[in-house]
Parts: sequence; structure tokens; C-alpha cells
Amino acid sequence: MHTNNTSKLKNRVILNKLFKLLFIFATSIALLFLGVLIYRILSQGLDYLTIDFLKNYPAPYIEEAGIFAGLMGSLFMIAITAPVAIILGVSTAIYLEEYAKQNKFTRFIQVNVQNLAGVPSIVFGLLGLTFFVYMLELGYTLIAGALTMSLLVLPVIVVAAQEAIRSVPKELRDASIGMGATKWQTIWRIVLPASIPGILTGSILALSRAIGETAPLIIVGAAAAIYTIPDSIFSKYTVMPMQIWSWTSRPQEEWQYVAAAGIIVLLIILLCMNAIAVWIRNKFQNRY
Amino acid sequence: MSKWKLMMVVAIAILSIGVLAACGNAPDDAGTDDSSNEANASENNEEANADEDASVSGPINIDGSSTVLPIMEYLTYEYSQQNGDVTIALNSSGSGGGFKKSTVGEIDLSNASRPIKDEEIATAEENGIELHEIELAYDGLSVVVSQENDFLESLTIDQLKQIFLADGGATKWSDVNPEWPEEDIVIYSPGHDSGTFDYWNEVILEEEPMREGENVTLSEDDNTLVTGIKSDPYAIGFFGYAYYAENQDTLKVLGIDNGDGNPVKPDATTIQDGSYSPLSRPLFTYVNVAYMKEKPQVLDFVEFAIENAGAGAEQVGYVALPEEKYTEQLEAIKEKAAN
Repeated sequence: MHTNNTSKLKNRVILNKLFKLLFIFATSIALLFLGVLIYRILSQGLDYLTIDFLKNYPAPYIEEAGIFAGLMGSLFMIAITAPVAIILGVSTAIYLEEYAKQNKFTRFIQVNVQNLAGVPSIVFGLLGLTFFVYMLELGYTLIAGALTMSLLVLPVIVVAAQEAIRSVPKELRDASIGMGATKWQTIWRIVLPASIPGILTGSILALSRAIGETAPLIIVGAAAAIYTIPDSIFSKYTVMPMQIWSWTSRPQEEWQYVAAAGIIVLLIILLCMNAIAVWIRNKFQNRY
Repeated sequence: MSKWKLMMVVAIAILSIGVLAACGNAPDDAGTDDSSNEANASENNEEANADEDASVSGPINIDGSSTVLPIMEYLTYEYSQQNGDVTIALNSSGSGGGFKKSTVGEIDLSNASRPIKDEEIATAEENGIELHEIELAYDGLSVVVSQENDFLESLTIDQLKQIFLADGGATKWSDVNPEWPEEDIVIYSPGHDSGTFDYWNEVILEEEPMREGENVTLSEDDNTLVTGIKSDPYAIGFFGYAYYAENQDTLKVLGIDNGDGNPVKPDATTIQDGSYSPLSRPLFTYVNVAYMKEKPQVLDFVEFAIENAGAGAEQVGYVALPEEKYTEQLEAIKEKAAN
């Protein structure tokens, strides 16, 4: 009896260690590939990452080529995509969570929104081409590209915002209503502030996806080379991933290094966006 | 709570700026819209006629082949260095993608790595559009194997057909020539949407279906093809000469025997004088003749492009046309524009 117990205990300890090892292994594989990727990009691209590279427009000469048009284009695009997608997305989430009746129709919308989050991005490109470029006659312009991107990231933001709103404790809402606040006052003053960290984390992840997309933007007409930055939302534009893609498809090997430098700039922008998200999240966390 | 409010105020401010910008610009929308460019452009034209020395300005929109992109990027870059008021947007959605836009009048210039097809001409005519063909440079479609391949030096057109056609009958190298190893033929080919494939389809496959499935890799990215071929001694593929020229240390280019028993390898001389046949191909751009007449910046750029295409070709790894061909084309353009 006594021996049996110890062996059971032993098994449990071994199993415990085994799973711990498995999880460490899984994490380190991800870290390993991330490390190799970053090392490759840095070792190839750092020499080409100069102030001139940030200031210059695309050029046929390696030493004169730069990512300025792409960088500004990406930033302008995000400046339009972010408010449109976040405001539409959060509003949808509020409606679905707070106002919509829990019936079959609402569940149907829910399922569809979740499915949309997994639709390949090129499909959104075709949608953008038909709807924004042709039907709304926006042409191959910055606003058409930015709105297409808004559609692309909208489902992700809706799902993230819904999760965040759902996780606000019911007691908080009840207390607010009990104090005589209206539903809108409760949402505006209680629910939204409490769910801001979750909403923002989801939104930034979604926008990070938008800033790295190429396929839908090729369809809605982002340029491969352009020598001006957009001066209105109806200007032609390009974005960083387009420039990088155009460089990687060149025959000369040095262009791969220029592309690597472009990838470093893209990664830095992504890191900045994520840092802002973390900072905002920490500011608003544990308010309640 | 105050921070929360501040954030919302900032967010709303950003949004309203966006909305205001949208409203403010809405009437100007027409100004950047392609359809109404014609109206604006004719005004520009009158101005330009009034003062010949006035520097040109306005938009030029170019789309089309990714093969032509490097040389067109050279031309647009050099042009915009001299003419800062001209705003050029150069896209790269493939030869076919470019013609889809140019045949409905959405763009001024349409780059192509193959001649325009009859049905594309028909679409253009339906829309009352005339596209004028300009040759910018030559490219030699290069058939390559790995440096590790020690049994191939040249192939005849018939052997290429045997290898690449779906019912060509050869799946192993020994099927083509009994002296060659009994190993599977591995094919790397540009994707079906590329002008490079279209050209191959026309001159080698002659519109018959190419082999597909096992041992065939299609990619729109020529560097992927290079990587695949260089490490496999039994692989074969084709792409533009520039991609071979940059990878001479790992790839071996095959001589092509055009039926006269005398295989020719592609290089600057054989591509330019046409002895590398039938795989030496011109790279084109097609200009919308009406826009060229209406928009002085388009005519100005086209003239610049023809004058500088030779230098551009050498810079990006293509082969320049003989000088007299550029002169002839320049005269043709001037004549077109004058009528």
C-alpha cells in the first residue's frame, strides 16, 4: 500500500516535469525562429539602413533607393484606417453585446463576423476594388486603400472588443444602473473605460496586420514606385510592404539587402505601435 | 477619469479632422479622378501650347508588367529628378493587369513583356482607345539548369517541347535522350499570369498546355525559381536574362538550337542582333495616344523614355535596342502627337 502510493506520487512528479519541459520546448522553438529571422534581417539590412534610406524615394540605384514614400504612405494609411476601423468596430461590438437581443439573428451575425476574421486578405482587396474603387468612384487612391484596410481589420477589432466588453463584471453595470444612470451613461462611463485595455490590444494587433499587408493593396492600386508623398486622401500612394516586395523580386542580390533594411523599418514601426498599446493598456489596467 | 476623457477628445479630434479633410476634398475629388483628368488635361494643353517653354506638370499613371518595372522605374526616377512637378505613380500588376486598365482608359502607359493580344485591342477599340506600341529594350528569355548539371549544354526547340508540354512524353531526362540520366525532370516556371509565361507559351508551347502537378513548380517570384533550380541538378526552368546574369555562379544557361543545328546562348550581342532566337523578346510600353495628345506631361515623358531607355536597359540588366530603333520610334511618336 505504502509503495503503491509513492510510485503514484513519483508518476505525478514525472508527468509534471514532462509537461513543463514540453511547454518550454514549444516556447523556445518560437523564440529560436524569431531569433534567426531577426538576426538574418539585421545582418543583411543594417548596413543599408541609413538616414538617406529613410529620406529617399524609390530609385533604380541601390545607394539612392529609400523607403520615404512607403513609410509616409503607411503612416497616412494607418491614420485613416485606425479611426474608421476602431470606431466602427467598437460600435458594432457595443451594439452586439449591450443592445442586440440574444436571438438567432444576432448569433448569425456573430458567427459571420468571426468567420470574416479568417477570410484571406486578397478577398477584401477584391471587395475594395469593386466597392470603393469602382462603385464609389474613389479610384486607385489613398482613401480607397485605407478603407479597404479598415474592412480587412474590422472583424478582428469587433471580436476583440466584444471579448473585452463581455469581461466587464455585471456588478459594475448593475451598480451604475442602480445609481440611476442611463444605459448610454453606463456604457460611456463604466463599460468602455473598463474594457479599454482589451479593445486597444485587439485594435493594435489588427492594425499591425494592416500595416504589413500587400496583397489587397496591389489590387486596389498601391504604386510600386512613386516620387511624391500623398498630399490629400485622393492622392496616389504606396506602402512599405509594397516597396519591400518590389525590391525582393529584383534579380540583383543587393536589392535583397535593401529589402531587409525596409523590413527593419517596418519592424520598428510595428514595435512602436505595440509599445503604445502596452503603455495604454498598463495605464488603464486594474482601474476596477 | 480626466485622462480617459482627454483620450476620447483626442480620438474624436483625429476622426473629425479626417472627416473634414474628406468633406473639404470631396469637390476636388474630380481633380484627381481619372475620368475628369481629360477635361483638366485639355486646359493644361492649351497653356502648354501658349507657352512652349513652360515646364510640364500633372499626373502620369503607369501600370503593367513586373518584368518591365525595373527599367520603367529607372525612367520615371530620372524623369522626376528633372521634372519635379510631374507626379508619377508606377504600379506593377502584370502585363495582363496593365492592359485591363489601359484598354478602359484608366492609365496613360501600360508596360508589357509581350505584345498586346487581339482581344485586348478589341476592348480598347470598343472604348475608343488607341494604344501605341513602344519597344523599350530586349530581354533574352533564358533556359537554365543548375551548375551541378553535367549532362546538358544545349537543347533544341523540339526537346524543349518534349520536356515542357503536358503530352510531350518526357518525364525523365532519359526519355529525351537515352544518354541522359534516368532521373525525373523537375520544372520551375513563372506563373501563368506573367508575361514571361505568355511569351514562352507562344513561342515554345504554341498554346498547348504545359505540364502541371508533380515536379512542376510555378512562382510569380523569379528569385524563387532561381533558388529552386540552383540546388537541383535535374531541374530546368526559364526566366528573364537579368536573373541568369545575376546568378551565373550557380546557374548554367543553355544554348537554344533553333533547328539549324547551331545552339546559341543568350548574351548582350546575341539578344540584340536577334540570333538568340526565338527566345529574344522585346519589352514594351503602350501609350494611350489620346492622353499623349491631351496631356503634355505624358508626351514629354514618352519622349524622355525613348531617349533614355537604352541607358536604363543597361542599368537594370536588359539589352538596349540598336540606336536607330530608338530614333525611329521617337519620330513615330512626334508624328502621332502632331496629328
